[in-house]
Amino acid sequence: MLRITGGKIYDPANGIDGQVRDLCIDDSGKIVANVSGGRTIDATGMVVFPGGVDVHTHVAGGAINFARAMTPEDHRRTQAFIRTKTRRSGLGGMAPTTFATGYLYAGMGFTTVNEAAVPVLSARHTHEELADIPIVDKASLTLMANNEILLEQLEQGEYERAKQVLAWYLWAAKSYGIKAVNPGGVAAWKYGHDAKALDTPIDGYHRLTPGMIVTSLARICDDLGLPHPVHLHCNNLGAPGNITTTLDTLARLEGHRAHIAHSQYHAYGGDGWDTMCSETTVLAEYFNAHPNLTTDAGVVLFGDTVTITADGPWQHLLYKLTGRKWGNLDVENETGCGIVPYTYRPSNMVNAVQWAAGLELLLMIRDPWQVFLSTDHPNGGCFWRYPEIIQMLMSAEFRRECLKKLPDRVKSRIKLPELDREYTLSEIAIAMSAGPARALGLTHKGNLAAGCDADVVIYEEQADYQQMFSHPRYVIKAGEIVLEDGDIREAPQGKEFLIRPAMDPTIDSFMRPLFEDCYTMKFEHYPVEIERIEHPDLRECVPAPPR
Amino acid sequence: MPVTLRLKRPPTVPLEAEFLSPDVVATLSHAEIAAMIVHHGKRRLPLSEFFDIEGERSEDLVLHGELHKLRWVGRGMSRGSVTVHGAIGMHLGAYMRGGRIDVHGNAGDWVGAEMKNGTIQIRGNAGGQIGAAYRGGMSGMRNGLILIDGTAGLEVGMRMRRGTIVVGGPARDFTGLQMKGGTIILRSGAEIRTGAWMQRGTIISLKPLQLMPTFTYSTTTSPGYLPLLSRHLAPHGIQLPAGPYQLYRGDRAVPGKGEILVLA
Repeated sequence: MLRITGGKIYDPANGIDGQVRDLCIDDSGKIVANVSGGRTIDATGMVVFPGGVDVHTHVAGGAINFARAMTPEDHRRTQAFIRTKTRRSGLGGMAPTTFATGYLYAGMGFTTVNEAAVPVLSARHTHEELADIPIVDKASLTLMANNEILLEQLEQGEYERAKQVLAWYLWAAKSYGIKAVNPGGVAAWKYGHDAKALDTPIDGYHRLTPGMIVTSLARICDDLGLPHPVHLHCNNLGAPGNITTTLDTLARLEGHRAHIAHSQYHAYGGDGWDTMCSETTVLAEYFNAHPNLTTDAGVVLFGDTVTITADGPWQHLLYKLTGRKWGNLDVENETGCGIVPYTYRPSNMVNAVQWAAGLELLLMIRDPWQVFLSTDHPNGGCFWRYPEIIQMLMSAEFRRECLKKLPDRVKSRIKLPELDREYTLSEIAIAMSAGPARALGLTHKGNLAAGCDADVVIYEEQADYQQMFSHPRYVIKAGEIVLEDGDIREAPQGKEFLIRPAMDPTIDSFMRPLFEDCYTMKFEHYPVEIERIEHPDLRECVPAPPR
Repeated sequence: MPVTLRLKRPPTVPLEAEFLSPDVVATLSHAEIAAMIVHHGKRRLPLSEFFDIEGERSEDLVLHGELHKLRWVGRGMSRGSVTVHGAIGMHLGAYMRGGRIDVHGNAGDWVGAEMKNGTIQIRGNAGGQIGAAYRGGMSGMRNGLILIDGTAGLEVGMRMRRGTIVVGGPARDFTGLQMKGGTIILRSGAEIRTGAWMQRGTIISLKPLQLMPTFTYSTTTSPGYLPLLSRHLAPHGIQLPAGPYQLYRGDRAVPGKGEILVLA
């Protein structure tokens, strides 16, 4: 039992904005109205937040593991975690190891993370790695927009069948929802091409277009009653002028819920690298007019990182641009993956525009419940640098200092210098916790009401926000104090969130022959058994009533 | 008076002495040097377990003994000198920024890996990866001079960016692998795959080389910079013939703009 007293509570899910009141936690790790006895934390002069929730990150599975293997040079210079009684060894850096990932997230007050891109074929491996990420609770999304069996159903106009196939895949992967990466583009990459226009048939198909995949997946998510809507990485990522593609994609989501991943990478104008500029104004306006959509910013931070994405064709282009290392994976019938180490530089025009665009979206989308903190870790920067972003969001003065480091010629291409908005603590609590929790459909996260999970972070209030958010005084996970005075005290195992969509039992016999025809592994070996998941938290999905 | 270390108990497994460099011993008393912790395999032991130590607070470090298991000597050094009488182990002068290392004997792999500046001379033979980038690293040595009087192993100058490496005896395979700049001089040639993946930089061989098909013959010439390079190396007793040399361009597979000069 635990009572936190004297702290200013920021609980935007319940409209509490900095009022001083007590917060009580019972022995089952839930927030309750009152407790008697147990420890009391005096949080006078401190602020109390719900634990952070990362809606979009890459922390487990084949791609990040490949990135770890590809960057030994980073391991030599990076923060090392030395084994202690409660903590295992590990390395931080651009692609932290599993245990270190948990310590680093918890170390800045994050208690739930969503691994946003898992091929079904890598799901087993991913769950093994997620089990090795201590402290935080986890969810994972399954890559679906380039899956050959699914695309074939959509090609034939078999919507109902496609929905069943997708439900089967989600359960096979023990997943929490659907991720779509460059719909059709990764399938076309297998022919050496990409898919950039939403209405052009994809290589290898006669009528199927990226636009059809986008709409179908959004509809399937709604019809299956998944807690998190389709999590969409749009076509044409990173390319100058891609705002047209992005707006075209969003238009196809009318009437559906959707979460747009790392929208910074999809908000560029211009017609080449020389003329690339930020088009965040139009994108932000679209979000402002469409409350059915949420997004995470995908902020770019200057410095070294390693980019990993299922977007194979884009990564090949990036490799050609940088001349650095390149890793490419083909995941049979499901997707692909590319890995390229990258350094974002303020002196580089393109990078400077990207840096500004991420912040612009966070500042120009008016409703903080629609836009969340992310760097698309590790693509735009590492997750442990989130406090730097918070500092920039909360201080226009600090942003102006940062802007001075950019070349003058970039200033006509970005909107950031004109923006004076400063986030309040309450808005930060929405962007880093309450908002992403709501978008993920995790109603008991990012919420300090009685009955919710007691994931709480307590910060010492100070003027240096980066310092404040980098070093919480206490982090409480499921009622247990895991961090105290800057030190990880306990590293308990978190839960993994899974969903079971309703599905037609005959779908198994439909999948089997297709599967045996085109996969290299046995049908029986493919689905991840529920026993494989450590500490599963399973939710049955209630399908939407027929239209 | 220099700090002198004489081996008294040969290590049975690698002995890692990452701070055995002039920068460190220059500030330490005799007792502090004796108490420095080295890793003998996984065991942490004081330096005095293995060496008789004389002298203190000197920028000059002298080592005696068959030290082929002693690693990381001169790591990151910026000044002073290291003189080894006998063999020395891997990573000699890795990351060094200045000063001079002299080895009167053979050296192991990774001599001068990722060094920034300074001079290393090996009077005997050396191992592989001389002046190279560590695995995954973008660039190897960035400046400085490495002189190997004897033979050298694999991947000499791998991913080096600047600086000069001179090898007296023959070098093994993949000399100048993925080289990005700088100069490698092969006084007795090299085995196969010389200059593979090289992007820029110069390899000069005074003996015929077996070249890969991705290097194309350009011309036979006596480059104007050779007398200048020769003058730069003259204090070290090295003279380069003025030529003519056959000039090859490559590696076209990358595609690279490197050059290999072979004395005609």
